[in-house]
Amino acid sequence: MALSTSRRAINQFIKPLSSSVYATRRLTSDSTATITVETSLPFTAHNIDPPSRSITTSPNELMTFFSDMAEMRRMEIAADSLYKAKLIRGFCHLYDGQEAVAVGMESAITRKDCIITAYRDHCIFLGRGGTLLESFAELMGRKEGCSRGKGGSMHFYKKEGGFYGGHGIVGAQVPLGIGLAFAQKYSKEEYVTFAMYGDGAANQGQLFEALNMAALWDLPAILVCENNHYGMGTAEWRAAKSPAYYKRGDYVPGLKVDGMDVFAVKQACKFAKEHALKNGPIILEMDTYRYHGHSMSDPGSTYRTRDEISGVRQERDPIERIRKLILAHDIATEKELKDIEKEKRKIVDEAIAKAKESPMPDPSELFTNVYVKGFGVEACGADRKEVRATLP
Amino acid sequence: MGSNFRRIGKLASISSKNQSWSRGFSSTVERSDQLSPSKSVNLFSAINQALHIALDSDPRSYVFGEDVGFGGVFRCTTGLADRFGKQRVFNTPLCEQGIVGFAIGLAAMDNRAIAEIQFADYIFPAFDQIVNEAAKFRYRSGNQFNCGGLTIRAPYGAVGHGGHYHSQSPESFFCHVPGIKVVIPRSPQQAKGLLLSSIRDPNPVVFFEPKLLYRMAVEEVPEDDYMLPLSEAEVLREGTDITLVGWGAQLSIMEQACVEAAKEGISCELIDLKTLIPWDKETVEASVKKTGRLLVSHEAPVTGGFGAEISASIAERCFTRLEAPVARVCGLDTPFPLVFEPFYLPTKNKILDAIKSSVNY
Ligand SMILES: Cc1ncc(C[n+]2csc(CCOP(=O)(O)OP(=O)(O)O)c2C)c(N)n1
Ligand SMILES: [Mg+2]
Repeated sequence: MALSTSRRAINQFIKPLSSSVYATRRLTSDSTATITVETSLPFTAHNIDPPSRSITTSPNELMTFFSDMAEMRRMEIAADSLYKAKLIRGFCHLYDGQEAVAVGMESAITRKDCIITAYRDHCIFLGRGGTLLESFAELMGRKEGCSRGKGGSMHFYKKEGGFYGGHGIVGAQVPLGIGLAFAQKYSKEEYVTFAMYGDGAANQGQLFEALNMAALWDLPAILVCENNHYGMGTAEWRAAKSPAYYKRGDYVPGLKVDGMDVFAVKQACKFAKEHALKNGPIILEMDTYRYHGHSMSDPGSTYRTRDEISGVRQERDPIERIRKLILAHDIATEKELKDIEKEKRKIVDEAIAKAKESPMPDPSELFTNVYVKGFGVEACGADRKEVRATLP
Repeated sequence: MGSNFRRIGKLASISSKNQSWSRGFSSTVERSDQLSPSKSVNLFSAINQALHIALDSDPRSYVFGEDVGFGGVFRCTTGLADRFGKQRVFNTPLCEQGIVGFAIGLAAMDNRAIAEIQFADYIFPAFDQIVNEAAKFRYRSGNQFNCGGLTIRAPYGAVGHGGHYHSQSPESFFCHVPGIKVVIPRSPQQAKGLLLSSIRDPNPVVFFEPKLLYRMAVEEVPEDDYMLPLSEAEVLREGTDITLVGWGAQLSIMEQACVEAAKEGISCELIDLKTLIPWDKETVEASVKKTGRLLVSHEAPVTGGFGAEISASIAERCFTRLEAPVARVCGLDTPFPLVFEPFYLPTKNKILDAIKSSVNY
């Protein structure tokens, strides 16, 4: 039985790219010169005055955005193949389509700011300074993985990068994020936490508990709802009485952001950080889209039409948006951009080759990290006497 | 909604106690009336049949959960919404605590609320509702209220590469809660009969389905409405040297160990517990009194697993008859691992070793 397609018009997902992409000046060589761009759409605000649509950037930044998003895209496509080749086991959720959220958010904050997310975590990890090798090794359950091969796709972490992971239980990471924000506030450092969750997760009770605590104690917490419009096969409107997630905080202000536009994301995150440090929590709803199915067992085409997916790819793709901007400003040629993509393909393949050489974790790792070292339990053989070991 | 109370299932008796073990871990359902047609189906289809019958035979029954209107992740609810309508078979938002709380309320109004939790790993947000609301509703209201019509279905157990959050076996948490029943079937035929009994049982039931077997286990399943008794264990294989007790998917592993042990001249008796609470102590006790040895096996971590309860009860009841300490071959005391699943699991060889050391004690 096929899942029925969303009754919403496909158009809902497709908003014009061109209108908003304009330049004030034409530039060629100076990589730090300023360019002013306007976000694709105005921000929609709840209980707050929205930030300006107009943003200054530089050729440098545009090239970095392009390059970072291209790398993420390539990594996810490669993960897809590795999964199909059974080199990645477990559950695997890909991020392609949503890259602008990871990249835009990162560009607005520092690594002392914290990010915590759910299981769709590969690209956030890259954004936080994780490497391709650590990613692929983790995906394949190898020693060199970012969680030493013990977490897999859903459990990427990077402590030095302020990345608190990588959580499998839908919604559970959001209250954790509020705890992080409390610690930040308590230490009087001017940093914030971005707690990310999906449109499906937005219906979990924990979210509202977290929101209330954050607001009650004025915590520097930014709740980022990555609204990709589906929670598994369930379209947002089937699960939420109000899919205006940025308004769901009621007493907590919110912004609806075009999550396919890296500049809009950057602007919103910068704005949110300033707000949160002064006034407490805010919700950012990132209107985004995942190209792949929910996980590798979902072809992603039974509950939405192919036209819907290809429409978003054509009209709103975050990488294409930046490509157009770069070309419009003569910052690089089409060929140069293609070459960057080729280069990404190469470094991804190299990382995979290296990850494959990384050994599996030692079997004793099965028992480590359950408790603090030295506080371990005992494992017994079947006879409960002869084979007995105190665990590391 | 037309009245549709016909075809209330009859309790079927099981006759495999005196039957030689053929293959797999199927059992025979013997019915008092003439044999009904049966079809070879897998476990998810058997569950699907049971749900069809439950909805058909009682207009006050409802099926709901995340994505169940579309058939669910494991296809167990395929076709139900088309047949019975979206008022009785529907999707819920992603909110386990809400789903179970809602189900308890629905059941409290004399309905049969059949709630699906997508994976047993995600039942914990609903733990409070199950433990504090569902289990104690009847007791603390002095029998004015109850949610006996509540059945919570959830796929559990290892599948080979599920990792931390698609593999767990949380049954023992619920076995610590008087007021609910915990039922786990081992095969398609058992699944259908036990699920129908669980749905119709006047107590709230947590029904864990071995997801490894959804597609893998195929057997003849009678097409009509039948129920298998709760709290009745079944001797799947008779033997004289040692008693093995298990449930769900683990039974097929234990069965393989029994076959291997037989080659070495050890005669194993294998028991499917089926209902974990309240469990059939008598059947296990009678068996252990005969064999003098007991081995319990489950995928959940050994410490605090339901095997511990069985071991303690049998030690109390059969102390003088035991010729070896009770053996537990279970999951290790670690989180369910990703790459080390084979090390973690209570495999055939681990069971075989334990059988031998018990017999040679
Ligand atoms: C508590 C809990 N319930 C159910 C699941 C199964 N599950 C995993 S992801 C998912 C959908 C989540 O959708 P959304 O929050 O929109 O995030 P997206 O996958 O779109 O990024 C579900 C139901 C889970 N992991 N945890
Ligand atoms: Mg979503």
